Formats: sequence, C-alpha cells, structure tokens
Amino acid sequence: MNIDELREHLCSTYPDLCPLFSVEYGDGMLMVDSSRLHEAASDLRDLGFDRLGMVTAVDTGDEFELVYRVQSREMHAGIFVKTRVARDVASIASVNDLWPAANWQEREVFDMFGIVFEGHPDLRRILLTDDWVGYPLRKDYEDERIIRRPDYI
Amino acid sequence: MAFVDDLGAALDKTPGGGIILTSLDAVMDWSRGKSLWMMPMGTACCAMELIAASFSRFDFDRHGSIPRPDPRHCDVMVVAGTITRKMAPAVKRLYEQMPDPKWVIAMGNCAVSGGIFYYDTYSVIRGVDEFLPVDVYISGCPPRPEALQDAILRLREQVATDSIVPGRDRQLNTILPTPGSPRKGDSAAADGDDS
Repeated sequence: MNIDELREHLCSTYPDLCPLFSVEYGDGMLMVDSSRLHEAASDLRDLGFDRLGMVTAVDTGDEFELVYRVQSREMHAGIFVKTRVARDVASIASVNDLWPAANWQEREVFDMFGIVFEGHPDLRRILLTDDWVGYPLRKDYEDERIIRRPDYI
Repeated sequence: MAFVDDLGAALDKTPGGGIILTSLDAVMDWSRGKSLWMMPMGTACCAMELIAASFSRFDFDRHGSIPRPDPRHCDVMVVAGTITRKMAPAVKRLYEQMPDPKWVIAMGNCAVSGGIFYYDTYSVIRGVDEFLPVDVYISGCPPRPEALQDAILRLREQVATDSIVPGRDRQLNTILPTPGSPRKGDSAAADGDDS
C-alpha cells in the first residue's frame, strides 16, 4: 500500500474527517474525535503503522490537543494522529495495548498535563517526584517556587 | 579519623600541646591538600569538562586529584551540572556518605545559581548551596578545565588553614610550605607545588 492508497482508504473509512487529512512528503495528519481515537489507532496499526514514534500534548488554553506520531517502516510514511480532549475531564483511551511503546510516553503526558489514559497498566508520574502537586506544562500551573522573569531581561 | 580528632582535642587542652598540634596540623593539611580525591557529581554538560580534566591533556592526577566512583573514597564533591528537585536528595545523600573532612566545589552556572534555569522553571534547584556547604564556586557555562584546576588549587589554600581541632585556625606557612601558595612566578617560592 502506498500513501495514495492509504489516503483513499482513510477517506473511505472516515469520510467526515477526510478534508483534515493531508499527505505531503509522505507525512499525513489525521484529526479524530477523542471517542474514536482508539478505533482509528487500531485501524492504522492494522494497516501497517507498526511504530509509535511519540505521544505528546499541547495545552491550547481551552482544551488539550493530543498528538500521536505513528510510522510505518514498510510504507516509509508517518502520520500525526491528533485529537482534542476537554480540560475538566481530561481523559482518553490508552493505546498501550496496540503499541507497548506508549507506556512511558503516556506516563510522561500524564505527568506533565494530567491527562488520564484509560486502560493504562501503570499510570503514575515518570519524571517528577511522586508527591508533586499539579501538572507543570498546563498553562494555568502555579508554583510559588517559580521566579518569573522580569520585563527588563 | 576519630583517633586524630581525639588526639587533637587532647593536645589543644594540654599546656604546650599547641606546638605539637601546629606541627600535626601542618602535616595533616599538607597531606590532605595534596590528595583531594574528587566525587564527580556530573549531572549535565559540565560533566564533559570534568571528564576532560581527568585525561591526559589536563591530567589532574598531577594535583593528586583523581575521580573516584565511590563517595566513601572522596574528599571533595564536584557538583558539575543542573540539579533538579528530584536529583537533590540523591546528591545530598552522596554528600553525606563522604567521610569528613569534605569539601564541595560548585562547577558551572547551574550549580552556582541555577544558571539559565533561574527564571520560569519549576524543577531546578537555584544553586547547590541551597542544601550543601559550597567552598569554591566556578562560573562558566561550562567552565574550562583550567577553571576547575584553579578551583582545586584554591581549595588547597583553604584546606591549609584548617585544623584538626574544630574552630582552631592555623597560620599559613608555619612549618611546611603550604600547598597551593605561593603561586608560580613568585621568586621567593619554596618548593611544595607541582613543579
């Protein structure tokens, strides 16, 4: 399967998302609803995307945008799968059962953003200490130990 | 060094013991200053300079300062790198495992003050002196091995003023030439340095 066939396949599978799917230079971006993320990830893995490159998140202020980078060694293609979750109920299905590499990546996202991955086997902090309060990469994170940079620097 | 401590404390109280104590201090400080074994606490890029210092170009062996993998062998802890809040308990614990007398060199801006991580950071300790008694600070990002060399030599001068009796200061250059001073180029120099 080449990247054009992949595009056709994905557009037939997710017709409402097809305008958001773009393929340039062998990379693509797929925006899915958070309830369908695990389903889409499972599809992609069955299509031959056998490598999970990274899992990360972006705090847009209103909600969190999760970014999954999946790659196929056979097709030499990679896709960014993105989804959005609300801030107050930040929760998403874990893809640890599809790619075991997601284990520590999801723990890091949980550590920094507080997004709960449902079905993760060992969801606890990975970088910060276990007794840390708050999630530092959230835009509204407050910590009295932080010294803010003054304007004149 | 419990025996030496007891001996020093006893001599300090004995009439006339100060003369012997001064001689003993001179010998002890001379030997301590000449063998400052390093605990290489390298946590970031400054560790590259710290490693370079041990090899042939800079060759800290000639100062008697060699890195040891075990804190129980070491006299001076060289904190080279950024210390995060998660790392700080480990650093403190390694420091506590070092036998007395012990010294600390803060190498590089991160270990001195937090460096570029001073502002807007949630995880970095602003200077290792928040929890360790630092004797010598080296600025730089990272400092050259020559700067570390200078720190070792200055630490020697500080070691030379210590006495085995707590609270008692020793006059410099009393009996044995003090390690580290006078510096090279001083024509009245006694021997005792690295020449």
